[in-house]
Amino acid sequence: MKIAVVQFPGSNCDQDALYSLRDDLGVQAEYVWHQESSLAGFDGVFIPGGFTYGDYLRCGAMAARSAVMGEVIRMVNDGHPVMGACNGFQILCETGVLPGALLKNSGERFLCKSVYLKAENRNTAWTEQVNEPIAIPIAHNEGRFVASDDELARIENEGLVAFRYCEANGELTEKSNVNGSLNHIAGLVNKRGNVLGLMPHPERMTKKILGSDAGLLIISGFHRVLAGV
Amino acid sequence: MVTVRVNVSLKPSLLDSAGRTVANSLKSLEFSEVEGVRIGKTITLELEKYDEARVKSMCEKLLANPVIEDYAIEVVE
Repeated sequence: MKIAVVQFPGSNCDQDALYSLRDDLGVQAEYVWHQESSLAGFDGVFIPGGFTYGDYLRCGAMAARSAVMGEVIRMVNDGHPVMGACNGFQILCETGVLPGALLKNSGERFLCKSVYLKAENRNTAWTEQVNEPIAIPIAHNEGRFVASDDELARIENEGLVAFRYCEANGELTEKSNVNGSLNHIAGLVNKRGNVLGLMPHPERMTKKILGSDAGLLIISGFHRVLAGV
Repeated sequence: MVTVRVNVSLKPSLLDSAGRTVANSLKSLEFSEVEGVRIGKTITLELEKYDEARVKSMCEKLLANPVIEDYAIEVVE
């Protein structure tokens, strides 16, 4: 399996992504510059975090319109695994691959901390191994998930909620909803289940020496999506 | 040349957390009449010629995100 780690001007955690895929998940991974118009030979895509194009206009707005994204959308439609973390999630929402949008945290502060996530729909390649709340770091200023009432109802009814922010015991308290997201939403899948977007950074938690390897429970979804292709 | 202003604002149903913070600051400066603040952005375009349909297309394809934002086009000169 070969995964493309897409790089834009202003990407970060791209190295974390590459090394977690290569060293911890044990698959091939290569950087791909955003101007590439072909992803031939790749089986999946990881869109890393960052502040692409300085977050000008809106987070992920410009990155979502770059050349490589046409190919990412093709891979999404072909059922390949595609995962976006943090800015990667914002970019996937901006392209319309995932519904809704991410706005400034309700507390108006950049949040850099560990949060607990619980898997909501356990019936997806990305969530099926997450059988209890896991601690994963966040680092974002615009992570408040919003959608229209109709869209939110559709997201819930179709089981698109992959992860919610929660307490260590899984309880959904107001305090645990760190950025004020609707329905505590931290991550979504698309209807087909081959795409995951989430604000937290599982690629930073893939080795015991980093504190935990719980991120691998999520990232190993690349294998499970491909097994089902 | 034509100058066109595009005013982009967050949909009224969405919490504008930056606007709320500014409102609180204004109140602390004793502008007690402030009941709300919302912050949008103005994008000024310099165009060779004005074609409303094309400017709308620019708004829909990039300048505004219809999921969260409304936009208004104003031809300045």
